[in-house]
Amino acid sequence: MAELSGNLLYASFFLYLIATFLFGGSIQDKKGAEEKKQNKWAKLGITITIIGFVTQIGYFIMRWVAAGHAPVSNLFEFTTFFGMMLVGAFIWIYFIYKTPALGLFALPVAIVIIAYASMFPREISPLIPALQSDWLHIHVTTAALGQAVLAISFVAAIIYLVKSVDQTRSNKRTFWLEVVMFALMCTIGFVIVSSTFAMTGYKESITWVDKKGAEAELEYHIPSLIGPNEWTLADENQMKPLIEVPAIINAKKLNTVVWSVGAGFILYGLFRLIVRKRVAAFIQPVVKNVNLDLIDEISYRSVLIGFPIFTLGALIFAMIWAQIAWTRFWGWDPKEVWALITWLFYAAFLHLRLSRGWQGERSAWLALIGFGIIMFNLIAVNLVLAGLHSYA
Amino acid sequence: MDELKCECGHVNPTGTILCEACGKAVGNRQNENKLLDMRYEGSARRSQTYNKSIIDKIWNFFSSVKVGVSLIVIALVASSIGTIFPQETYIPSTIPASEYYEQEYGAFGKLYYLLGFHNLYSSWWYLVIIGMLGMSILIASIDRFFPLYRSLKNQKVVRHDSFMKRQRIFGITNVSNQEVNLEQITERLKKQRYRIREENGNILAEKGRFSRWGPYVNHIGLIIFLIGGLLRSVPGMYVDKVVWLREGEMKEIPGTNGEYYLKNNAFIFEVYDKGNKEDEAFVKAIEKTGTAIAKNYQSNVTLYKQEGEVLPGEKPQLQKVKDFEIKVNEPLKHDHYALYQVDYKLNEFSKMSFYLMDKKTEEKFGTLTIDLNDPKPSYQLKKGYSVELMSYFPDFEFKENGEPTTKTRIPNNPAFIFKMVTPDKPEGEVSFVAIRENIEPAGENVYKMAFAGVETRNATALTVRKDLTLGILFAGGIIFMIGVVQGAYWNHRRIWVKRKGEEIWIAGHTNKNWHGLKRDIALVVQTTPLFEPTDQLNEEKFSNKGEEISG
Repeated sequence: MAELSGNLLYASFFLYLIATFLFGGSIQDKKGAEEKKQNKWAKLGITITIIGFVTQIGYFIMRWVAAGHAPVSNLFEFTTFFGMMLVGAFIWIYFIYKTPALGLFALPVAIVIIAYASMFPREISPLIPALQSDWLHIHVTTAALGQAVLAISFVAAIIYLVKSVDQTRSNKRTFWLEVVMFALMCTIGFVIVSSTFAMTGYKESITWVDKKGAEAELEYHIPSLIGPNEWTLADENQMKPLIEVPAIINAKKLNTVVWSVGAGFILYGLFRLIVRKRVAAFIQPVVKNVNLDLIDEISYRSVLIGFPIFTLGALIFAMIWAQIAWTRFWGWDPKEVWALITWLFYAAFLHLRLSRGWQGERSAWLALIGFGIIMFNLIAVNLVLAGLHSYA
Repeated sequence: MDELKCECGHVNPTGTILCEACGKAVGNRQNENKLLDMRYEGSARRSQTYNKSIIDKIWNFFSSVKVGVSLIVIALVASSIGTIFPQETYIPSTIPASEYYEQEYGAFGKLYYLLGFHNLYSSWWYLVIIGMLGMSILIASIDRFFPLYRSLKNQKVVRHDSFMKRQRIFGITNVSNQEVNLEQITERLKKQRYRIREENGNILAEKGRFSRWGPYVNHIGLIIFLIGGLLRSVPGMYVDKVVWLREGEMKEIPGTNGEYYLKNNAFIFEVYDKGNKEDEAFVKAIEKTGTAIAKNYQSNVTLYKQEGEVLPGEKPQLQKVKDFEIKVNEPLKHDHYALYQVDYKLNEFSKMSFYLMDKKTEEKFGTLTIDLNDPKPSYQLKKGYSVELMSYFPDFEFKENGEPTTKTRIPNNPAFIFKMVTPDKPEGEVSFVAIRENIEPAGENVYKMAFAGVETRNATALTVRKDLTLGILFAGGIIFMIGVVQGAYWNHRRIWVKRKGEEIWIAGHTNKNWHGLKRDIALVVQTTPLFEPTDQLNEEKFSNKGEEISG
């Protein structure tokens, strides 16, 4: 059952990849230029996307049956689910606006998210007592759906900016758009680095001295560029760390970050060398037929749809469950605070849009920041800021 | 200042920008060539009208969206600072905060502590930000709701030409030689659930007006929520205590003023077991983790209620209420109180047994068992033999001067000073006994206390919680959700159809989702001689993108 579930996830991953190319084809096809008139490519693209989505639901259900609980209880499961909800939200929005360009950008984001997710331990893990509640399913699924719909606004905003930012001159706008592209490359870099060393079964044992002065063991799965405090290698022939960090810094995590950013630089550098253009400039022709007003509306609409779902799932259901499991509905745990920050941010977004007329490009930049906050809450809060939600 | 009388005859309150009835600009603030600023229907808002007294100034400050958004951003940044390092509630209680932050996070940690960020969310300045945000929500809503309500209530079917022309969606069709079936148009609008008002062949079609109240409803919800948060500090609304109970022990539940008692019958701790059939799916995860993964923390308890008055020193009259199995996620709830499983301690020493023994012959002269939580001063053994407990240290350690002392009242490391009275030593011999230690302070003894065994039991910690603000908070949350859904999932759309001689004018307005409004209009005018009105925002004349604003 668990194996079948894993295979279904692979299948959906490849289906999304195929659908991305189909949406790419649909945009190249002149007949698809005008909005609302779907061409063959687009129809095929959305069909494959839906098949992929159903396949992933199959993965979800199979894993649920195998584990006896909804697979949303650790970082792999939650992030995969978030990717799935992103595809679901894309399908939903697609049927309102019928814009294939959205698929061309939303699916790659979902693919990267799912690939990122599978870098984390994938064993079916049992639920600790605090997670044994139906609220796990209710709270986590609603919160993920809310975040996914909000993420669609990011996807639309990227399309908006790729089209509207003038690539003939280099300025702050082109720079920040490239930063977003670079961040995407770093994520891909992380996936490539982790999976390459995982395939070769790389292992490195390091003994180090923690902040209390006690000796501790660390196992690296990618070569150590960053070594922990007073490191000694178990095997002399291993690569020696280049830099040693003090005990209060988590060397293993920093090492992973350095590798990912490094790989991101290489990928980005190669791209620039080969293409001799900014990434956004390279993509720009793809979106030349996109109607900016419509894309702006999609971005805004996704925030409008996603905000109430997010509030319900990530704040209200979260508070109800926290009252039951942790005795208090609110405890200023980092994950809680970052959910509040996300909520405050989108509240500000809506106020700026509704009452101060921040539309178009300004609104698109805000949507980018919003997605940044969501990703921060998903990744950094779990991995860096220790708290009650650090299950993975 | 006088009230403003519009040429259509409607009397508007002071400060009105667009006539409530016909929409003609009555204030002369707007450029004739630009699209109308339809925010709040151009109604008379207090904040835009008065700016003299100090109250006006405060009112205007808090009713500004700019100020509101700034406050949101400030709250957001402040909140994020509190997550850089854990808050004081999450650090181990064994180290004082003043040392912990520096020890764990170095100089930054020390600075963090000195700035008070370790208790950021209860700091006065954080509360001031939240308080100001609350003020802003309240005042901005009052400032906008009432004029907007008035304006939408007083609107007439026929709008002034200038109002029509300056709507974002606008179009004119000359119908001199064609028959236009207005009934068909009305029917189509009705089919799309527009409410229709007609007057002399002019139409006002409107739907989703209630979505305009969404923001005010959700703001009421937020204010109720904040009030709920404030009420927590009112005495009697909120109880937060912890009670430790050993197995078999019964205690008054703290915070209930002696009304309830709780007995711990058993504490159960279970882990996932890869040998267990039902945990089969988790074998890999269990092997990888290495340590045991907790499956269940459970306290089997009995709740008792105190009946009648109790005089001091008298035993309470207890009436059993119920048996319950408290687990994580399954608190015991009774009479506004809830008891939660929060902590536990396994295998705490409860009883220790010793033999009184002759050191040489190893002959035993009886056993004594000491209840570590309630030791007796002396224990009678065989005839002529007895043991006196001179001192007892439940959690023993040596003080710096070498004197024995106890760290806590919990029997983590019990130690005893015994006086052994025997027929041949009637004065008694003194012996100091601790775990794996036996000291004879007065020189060599004939007898000793030999360890015979220990009994252990589990203890459970339960949080006692009463929170009467929960209902208010929940109501606030529900109202917020209703308001936010009302405002986000519906749109307020209006379509005006005006007959003007041989022309038919169509104008449209929506508070958001223009795409949807255009689709609605397209469906209405298709197959009729009427042109689909254009989006003037996209045209040269009004190309002031980013400026156009909808209320």
